Amino acid sequence: MLRKSVCELYSNLVTRPTGAAVRSEIEQELDRIGDRALTVIDFSHVGLLDFSCADEIVAKLLLQYIATDAPRREVYFLFRGISEAHVEAIEAVLERHKLALITQHADGETRLLGILGLEERRAWEIISELGVGAVADVAERTGLSRDATAQTLDTLWRRRLLIRADDGYVAVGSATIGSPSRSLEA
Amino acid sequence: MTTVINVPHSLEDKSFEQVVEQVAPLPLDEKIIVDTRHARWASPYGLTALLALAQSRAERPILYAPEAENVASYWSRMDFFKHAAELYEIQGRVKTAKATETSVLLEVTSISKSDDVHDVVDKIQQRAQDALVKNLNLDAKITMRFTMALSEVCQNIVEHAGRGGWVAVQTYTWRVRLGGRRVVVIAVADPGIGFRQSLESAPGFQRKDRWDDGQALEETVMRGASRFRDPGRGQGLAGVRRFVGNWDGKLSIRSGTARIAVLPKGDWDEDEPLLENLPYFPGSQVQITIPERVA
Repeated sequence: MLRKSVCELYSNLVTRPTGAAVRSEIEQELDRIGDRALTVIDFSHVGLLDFSCADEIVAKLLLQYIATDAPRREVYFLFRGISEAHVEAIEAVLERHKLALITQHADGETRLLGILGLEERRAWEIISELGVGAVADVAERTGLSRDATAQTLDTLWRRRLLIRADDGYVAVGSATIGSPSRSLEA
Repeated sequence: MTTVINVPHSLEDKSFEQVVEQVAPLPLDEKIIVDTRHARWASPYGLTALLALAQSRAERPILYAPEAENVASYWSRMDFFKHAAELYEIQGRVKTAKATETSVLLEVTSISKSDDVHDVVDKIQQRAQDALVKNLNLDAKITMRFTMALSEVCQNIVEHAGRGGWVAVQTYTWRVRLGGRRVVVIAVADPGIGFRQSLESAPGFQRKDRWDDGQALEETVMRGASRFRDPGRGQGLAGVRRFVGNWDGKLSIRSGTARIAVLPKGDWDEDEPLLENLPYFPGSQVQITIPERVA
């Protein structure tokens, strides 16, 4: 695992220029790695995160990699160290842009934050519980048709909340992920 | 010609309107004397607005300093005279501040660039915890949210005003309406382009049938409008509005000829939600008031 701090200058992430600078550093790091990556963004050392900075760092970063037409690359994000002091700003920007992300707590438990439909949320939870899951597994548990389930899982993959594996899907943050990851401290 | 502007004994957001009424009809290049000799008290809003007033004048104004020693001393401790000396020709005795003021969370501070906002946030975090949690009995959760709100209103100057402004934060006892309850007040003032002109600078802006400062404030504060097309914009003030709502606080913003207020759910304030046709004052002046929690 590679580990790098992208913001040592400020302990508080406030203002748009600061957010844009942090995002730019993260993007440059991501440009150095391959076309497929799981990136951990760690907020453990961040004191305050305001709305403007959250919009620049979290929302604008995600928007580049979940574009349905031409995403920048197949990059998945896992957010760690998100405390109560950060949640309000992050949830506000996710809601504004209709985005969702995965956070991971210190005990390893993962949680979805943001805007997601009920069926999509349920499907993500099933895959997360299973570790690795295919369309048939989710369809069986939800009672949805295979086509509808396949579409739901595809949407979750395009939103970079599920990783496509050989025979199915893996939830971002799942312990079963074996691919190399990169850790960035915001 | 020189006109004397009389500053009321108690200078806060409402009484500052008396100052604006006197200044608004005057040509920008007319010399003014701002007479604070009889001032007995000034809120953070009053002090920051006095600095914005001087910035807005083409001719450097004269300031008659307060005669009461404790008032002049307090204004010094708030760093008012430090900044006023750059903008006014000060007449009268001004003492250099020696002691720090415990009720002051943030002295009058200049805001003109992004780094200034960082400095303000770093500085206030150390003082806010004690003031808000111990003195105002507020939940510990408020400290971060208070600082976020402060950061966002300061950024409005950097992003929209077109010139520098001022911020100050203080706790004091709100005797008039709260029967002695303490409050914490954030005041931010600039003499920049104001909300209406900022929105008018948006690409493709189209003037509505009714378009004035009041409309611009409603669009921005209540509906999250911004001069930027970026859909992520406009969240700062929306967040500030949520913050004051959650803590039974009040947000008021004056810009141009109008003032909008997001009022508390409680009955501690009886302000009007929107005041229009006020005498013109440039830029924007923001005040956030959070009251002490009582059992």
